[in-house]
Amino acid sequence: MTKKQKKVLYRIIIAAVLMAALHFVPVQGYLRFALYLVPYFIIGYDILRKAVLGICHGEVFDENFLMAVATVGAMLLGVYNESKGLEGEFAEGVAVMLFYQIGELFQAVAVGKSRKNISALMDIRPDYANIEDEEGNLEQVDPDEVEVGTVILVQPGEKVPIDGVVTQGASTLNTSALTGESVPREVREGEEIISGCVNLTGLLRIRTTKEFGESTVSKILDLVENSSMKKARTENFITKFARYYTPAVCYSALALAVIPSVVNLLLGNPANWSTWVIRALTFLVISCPCALVISIPLSFFGGIGGASSCGILVKGSNYLEALARTKYVVFDKTGTLTKGVFQVTEVCPAAEFVQKVRQMEDGEKQLEESGSAAGNEKQAARDRLLELAAYAESYSNHPISRSLKEAYGKEIHPALVSDVEEISGHGVKALVEGAGVAAGNARLMESLHLSYEKTQQIGTIVHVAVDGTYAGYILIADVVKEQAKDAITALKAAGVKRTVMLTGDSRLTAEHVAKKLGLDQVKSELLPADKVQAVEELLARKGPRENLAFAGDGINDAPVLSRADIGVAMGALGSDAAIEAADIVLMDDNPMKLALAIQISRKCLRIVYENIVFALAVKAACLLLGAIGLANMWLAIFADVGVMVLAVLNAVRCLKVKTD
Amino acid sequence: MKKTYKIEVDCANCALKMEDAAKKVEGVQGATVSFMTQKMKVEFAEGADEKAVMESVRKACKKVEDDCEIFLD
Repeated sequence: MTKKQKKVLYRIIIAAVLMAALHFVPVQGYLRFALYLVPYFIIGYDILRKAVLGICHGEVFDENFLMAVATVGAMLLGVYNESKGLEGEFAEGVAVMLFYQIGELFQAVAVGKSRKNISALMDIRPDYANIEDEEGNLEQVDPDEVEVGTVILVQPGEKVPIDGVVTQGASTLNTSALTGESVPREVREGEEIISGCVNLTGLLRIRTTKEFGESTVSKILDLVENSSMKKARTENFITKFARYYTPAVCYSALALAVIPSVVNLLLGNPANWSTWVIRALTFLVISCPCALVISIPLSFFGGIGGASSCGILVKGSNYLEALARTKYVVFDKTGTLTKGVFQVTEVCPAAEFVQKVRQMEDGEKQLEESGSAAGNEKQAARDRLLELAAYAESYSNHPISRSLKEAYGKEIHPALVSDVEEISGHGVKALVEGAGVAAGNARLMESLHLSYEKTQQIGTIVHVAVDGTYAGYILIADVVKEQAKDAITALKAAGVKRTVMLTGDSRLTAEHVAKKLGLDQVKSELLPADKVQAVEELLARKGPRENLAFAGDGINDAPVLSRADIGVAMGALGSDAAIEAADIVLMDDNPMKLALAIQISRKCLRIVYENIVFALAVKAACLLLGAIGLANMWLAIFADVGVMVLAVLNAVRCLKVKTD
Repeated sequence: MKKTYKIEVDCANCALKMEDAAKKVEGVQGATVSFMTQKMKVEFAEGADEKAVMESVRKACKKVEDDCEIFLD
């Protein structure tokens, strides 16, 4: 509790004690009224002051005004009764003020607490950076003061404060604060490191490559902190609603106090002023719009906070709201549904080559080691084929040769390769350990007049010939992400009507991937500009309350990201451009996160609507009961404070995200 | 030009009132108050003197909600 809140708490306690004491004090008449004024002012002086100030500043209809009118009215009514010789009721006015303050305090504490919880969740701000001086002593400095190129030290357990390159040391990093991913990441010397990660095991020396303000952690913090500035339509609706609602209620209360009594007078009946004034006051207490005004921004804030703890950054409440209505999801293929890196997916040695490898190994008397089973023979041939191809391509830096080297996995000795001849558009020829190896596409095989296996598989095929005979082929393809299929299923379960994939790849490849993943529609062989057009076509076809989300890796698809209703950038960790262009940023590249984001937004919106309906329904019912005289002050206090507290508690649920 | 200021405000409704008040100040093109992050973002009109404008924003906010605070540095 803050100082202010503690002060209110003391006032509540004092006023409550005084009130209880007054109950047993045997005084009557105006003295009793005077005594009740003491707890009344103790508990309510600030409300009265604010109400008066509000009137002076022309801000008449706010909750302070409502409470002041209701309680002052109740007190005056007591005096009026007293003047008539009846026993006046003063406790009620004080009690209303007391309970209002208790409710306000509770709300302030609850909101303050959840605000802190959410902020803590998003708090990845590093407090300091360690710099080593000449004598080797560590000094903690403000990360803001660290210049680019400074070497900083990060000890195990500390946050990496600034983006940089590791100059010394190796360690594992916990990136969960950024990505929500719990699997630690390895870093070694020479690798780039992103601020916001927590160093787990070893001491790292890092040469900073950016200023603190430009570092990943600052960018993310900035984004998250500003997210509640972009208000959702529901939020704006409530703001407007409150603007008309409060005056409307005040006038109705006034009408309720005056009109029935006047009508009674005109009809010649007793006016019953006190009855109608009490009803009007009850009406005022019930009507306070706080439950809505507080719980809705809190729900959105909670939803955004919960999402960011899973590595999903939502740039504004409006996007969270829009996401809940996502009916169309358009994916970019490469890097989004597929890994975007080429990998060797199959090695197919020709029958003759298997034979040859076996004979060779027989000669080397390695039969016992490799075994005589046919499977092992084939495996040996595969390894050999991959080895030869990797060696032959070892001088090239083409993605294909890189993936060959990666699949080979062992060190390549450059001395074993000679006479390398690159044939542009065909492949490469080289002498590997004295054997003439040719590796390349079908055209290379044709130019060498070799018959080769014409396979129909999807991807890039590298045919290999050794010493003038065909040895087999290696298939290299972009690999579909493991979670991609589940992600599409989860999206469908989350209510997405149509999933579409856009790609610049060939139709065959695109359709193969789409079929594998169960996508509804594919558009292939698109240029970047065509992607915008394809999205526009889809936008034109969708219904008015349906939204289209585009998910891409943020590279080259900025125009599409901004054109779609919701632009989602994936795998954005470390990519500033993607963070800037998108409305929703998935820090890692797991497409499942998109489905999770939609689930979070749905839940958040459901809670928002629950609160709106619940608060308005309870208020409407109580207002009606109050107007016909069935509701007393106590019910009124529940309708105000109780509803507010329940709405706040409900809103806090947005923070909790189910993760399996 | 946009700038963000730290604020202190007790209730969501008061934050809305501050936002309204700030928007009406001369030299302010747009203003948003976030109760949750306790921040006010002000977009200044072209050529406006930031300091003077913020002083009047502060005054205007104090007028509608007297226990709010805007930290001007």
